[in-house]
Amino acid sequence: MMISVASGKGGTGKTTVATNLACALGSEVQILDCDVEEPNTHLFLNPVIEKMRTVYTKTPIVDQERCNYCKKCAEICRFNAITVVGETVLTFPALCHSCGGCMEVCPENAITESNREIGVTEQGQRNKLDFIHGRLRIGEAMSPPLIKAVRSFHQPEKVNIIDAPPGTSCPVITAMKGVDFALMVTEPTPFGLHDLRLAVEAVRVLGIPSGLVINRSDVGDDSVREYAEQENLPILMEIPFDRRIAEAYSKGKLVVEEMPEWKGKFKTLFHKIEKILKKGR
Amino acid sequence: MRELVIISGKGGTGKTSLTAAFASLAENMLLCDADVDAADLHLLMKPTVRQRSDFQGGHQAVINRSQCCECGICLDLCRFDAISTDYEVDGISCEGCGVCVDFCPLKAIDFPIKTCGEWFISETRFGPLVHARLGIAEENSGRLVSLVRQESKKRAEALNRGMIITDGPPGIGCPVIASITDATALVVVAEPTVSGVHDMERVIQLAAGFRIPVMICINKYDLNPEQTLAIEAFSKEKEIRFLGKIPYNPVFTKAMIQGETIFEYDPDSDVCQAVTEIWDNIITAPEMNYLAHLEFSFN
Repeated sequence: MMISVASGKGGTGKTTVATNLACALGSEVQILDCDVEEPNTHLFLNPVIEKMRTVYTKTPIVDQERCNYCKKCAEICRFNAITVVGETVLTFPALCHSCGGCMEVCPENAITESNREIGVTEQGQRNKLDFIHGRLRIGEAMSPPLIKAVRSFHQPEKVNIIDAPPGTSCPVITAMKGVDFALMVTEPTPFGLHDLRLAVEAVRVLGIPSGLVINRSDVGDDSVREYAEQENLPILMEIPFDRRIAEAYSKGKLVVEEMPEWKGKFKTLFHKIEKILKKGR
Repeated sequence: MRELVIISGKGGTGKTSLTAAFASLAENMLLCDADVDAADLHLLMKPTVRQRSDFQGGHQAVINRSQCCECGICLDLCRFDAISTDYEVDGISCEGCGVCVDFCPLKAIDFPIKTCGEWFISETRFGPLVHARLGIAEENSGRLVSLVRQESKKRAEALNRGMIITDGPPGIGCPVIASITDATALVVVAEPTVSGVHDMERVIQLAAGFRIPVMICINKYDLNPEQTLAIEAFSKEKEIRFLGKIPYNPVFTKAMIQGETIFEYDPDSDVCQAVTEIWDNIITAPEMNYLAHLEFSFN
């Protein structure tokens, strides 16, 4: 099973929900931190890292000896990542989407591909919990290939919990596409609601069943609850504002360990998700 | 023209609420919302839209089934697994590279331009606002960010506004890079939590790589005094200007629910005092003013 924890707005509690849910379940669980720009789950789980892998994406290299400056590569590239100026071919790796078009179109076979490092994946363990995350190289713009690399570690026989990045564009879609369930985390404020609407739209485009966790559920107003009802989005859990939770979070501690009564609540959350998925089948 | 961009690395540290608060203190400024993925500034600014334009971010392949001979060349060439074995293009996976279009032997693939969002020039009670909305699940957020910033500059110049205040996106990837390049200076809104500190350090490293001056302020500083001290020590060690710290106060949320800035909602609150001090530190900071004499000489 694969559950993606997403939100639209940042800072609503995705990482809190993902890490505590994973730890409450204990074994047969893997957490995949796909917020590769700013991965945080390791700060709460402190896993022992066993394997590190560098992740690359392909960018063109031009053999200037073979090149006849026909400009076909520059013409096919829709991302302005390769251009011919006089008798020099310039490439802009940061703009390259690795589509391979320039290499394919070159009549002189002057283009090959090299690997550009976009980040690393780190794999490890915390007690019985399997851990994997990606860390985007600072200065790198393309996160989706790294998110895909993190997702390639998913283990079908286990419960896989993805911590997704904020937003609604390509990185989030890459972290949600094809999962079994999208667990949305929001706060009951105008910003929370506005960004939740966008996230729900994205989830619907992808056709994934979803449910809602309302974090800091007593700080705002009722508009998120009204919206959830209107949209038939089940509210699966509410976490009231509690200074002890906020402080535990600030120190990198898990709620289920600092306040053990939460362990049962996160287990219940999982059972509710299971129930929804069973019903849907 | 000076542009101040508010970023944080981590989401939800208070970028937008602070941007709005700065807007109510600043004189002669223009606002820009560069968080095109999940833009929220308009919820506080309640803008009147004066101009609405489509954002055409790219193209998408569409296979014309009546002309397709199912030769499989497009399937082999597509690196994004966007073409199914029954020759349908998945619009979400298609990145618009056009390789299938160019190599189709029967020219059976159309490549229509796609409207990926819209952008707006608006009027608010604090001044003009340039903002956008990226379509759901769309690509090219970086390009839309660049567009919104360029249009902000044009508007600010036309209206003789001396400063742009830009609300940036979270993270360190493509939209953030597009938000900060060529900015005068950045304000990083840090949160005294282990994740807040971790994410702040990464985004500051990014800014350093682009040689853009950074200043730091802390929001909700009393949530964890230890982490607050760690951030202050970090700024001292890296010689990054420390602007001040804001206490935790539900006034931010209450003001947001009213669609107001904190200065409109409760001008006497401790957070307003803290934000005023931070703003004074920003506008007098050398980071913001190192171009001032150049502007003077060109006039």
